Amino acid sequence: MSQHLKLAYICVILALLAAPLVIVTGVSLNAGQSLRFPPDGVSLRWYLALFREQEWLVPMRNSLIIAACASALAVLIAAPLALYAWERTGWLAKLLTGMGMAPFALPPVISALGFMIFWMTVGGYGQIWATIVSHGVFLVTLPLVTISLGLKAMDRALIEAARTMGADRRTVMRTLILPLLVPYVVSGYAFAFVLSLNEYIIAYMVAGFTVETLPVKIFNALRYGYTPILGVVSVLFAGFAALVFGLIGRFGNLPRLMGAERVRDE
Amino acid sequence: MNGAVTPRWIALWPALMLGLFFLVPFGIMISVSFAQRDAGGFYQPGFELASYARFLAPFFARVLGVSLAVSLGAAAICVLLAFPFTVFLASMSRKVQTRVLVVLLSVLSLSEVIIGFSLSTLLSQTAGIGNLFYWLGLIEAPRAYTPSLFALMTGLCYLGFPFAVLVLYAPVSRLDPEVVEAARTMGASAPRAFMGVVVPMLRGAIVGAFILVFVFTLGSYLLPQLLGRPEHWTLSVHITDQAIYQANLPFAAAMSVFLMLVAMALVGLSSLAARDGGAA
Repeated sequence: MSQHLKLAYICVILALLAAPLVIVTGVSLNAGQSLRFPPDGVSLRWYLALFREQEWLVPMRNSLIIAACASALAVLIAAPLALYAWERTGWLAKLLTGMGMAPFALPPVISALGFMIFWMTVGGYGQIWATIVSHGVFLVTLPLVTISLGLKAMDRALIEAARTMGADRRTVMRTLILPLLVPYVVSGYAFAFVLSLNEYIIAYMVAGFTVETLPVKIFNALRYGYTPILGVVSVLFAGFAALVFGLIGRFGNLPRLMGAERVRDE
Repeated sequence: MNGAVTPRWIALWPALMLGLFFLVPFGIMISVSFAQRDAGGFYQPGFELASYARFLAPFFARVLGVSLAVSLGAAAICVLLAFPFTVFLASMSRKVQTRVLVVLLSVLSLSEVIIGFSLSTLLSQTAGIGNLFYWLGLIEAPRAYTPSLFALMTGLCYLGFPFAVLVLYAPVSRLDPEVVEAARTMGASAPRAFMGVVVPMLRGAIVGAFILVFVFTLGSYLLPQLLGRPEHWTLSVHITDQAIYQANLPFAAAMSVFLMLVAMALVGLSSLAARDGGAA
């Protein structure tokens, strides 16, 4: 098949994926209350409203705090785990890696119910830190995958050279491994951050009634009717995700990060 | 180990965190599934099989049937669309691949609530394709296409498609392009080379992607509520409903345990398939 047809197929699918977001962007520009496309007069009033109304600012702040802390926690758990499993093949390494991967192989509602019952039992149900810890543990998979990829890509000869030249373990770690891992740690953090920001079910079941996050707030607002402000939030979410992944793609090697091994550089 | 750069105790902290906040919650959940229901919304420790006995009710069979049917359908559609997409994508230049991946990752990370809202707007009467069809003269009056089974399936495919591509991406991009070239040189037509060489070589990856998308959409909680009718509610919706609104934690936990066993069995199957199918 010619390259043009292939590209056409890819573009059609991408257009289908973009269609709902295009409509939502149009809807968010409505001057009135109703969701119309094409919009009924163009205005940015709903964008201003979002940043002025307390009922939206509070969930936004909650979501950002949770995402920032939870992804830091995820990285802090994933980094030593990846380092440990990198050089070892024993049962503990396998078990820990399996546990780190498990949250993504299970329907999230299971983890959500597990966390909910756990926090109800030990205390902490309805607290923001319970959501942070839950998200942190749930999202370990992402930094674990990126950091493990970074370690796999590392040239062992470099480390052996450093050891032969008399560097002790600590020096090798500080001057060689950690600096080489920085881009993978950053992208792992970014992945976890974006997913935490968008995560609904765990945030809802652990503390949905007291600590409203943005997705929880959107769902609650949907029950009272659709307004263009929901379009605004959706546009900002999609735009933010595109910005983060765009930056990773710009400064890192995204195909490599997704597991590709042979990519033509052009 | 002598050559190891990292000390052993480094595993202590992740083991502690994952053990405490991942294994313990699962353990508690399993024990709650055998506990007695408490009217206050909590549970009474105990051992009974009452919650599991409810699986025998027709209600549960219906919910399970709906959940499995919509997820299987969505997984099949996603993989059918995603496989050629990924193969084509892997033959593009790095610049194109990076851009497409950025779009896919952005869509993948979108909250279910945003996907649900966007699609229900797209399928609505005032803003969506109903309006467009009317304007094109295809239908007589603008109409809404949501809530419906069609809307729900569209939503689940929207959710699962980027996931399917990303699961397929690594094995597909590792496939040696020379294999296809060899088949072409030997006289196979392009579709024949595709069906006869590429698809069989990636059988394991395809089965793996199918099962992972299936498990992923099985966990969808908001889309059935936003895009479907109550009869399309899946197991995930009922688990949350039982836990929060019906105050029946043990039954919710029992359903979760069941769902977990189904998911684990399927993931196990997929890794078996990946092993003997060989991901090139």
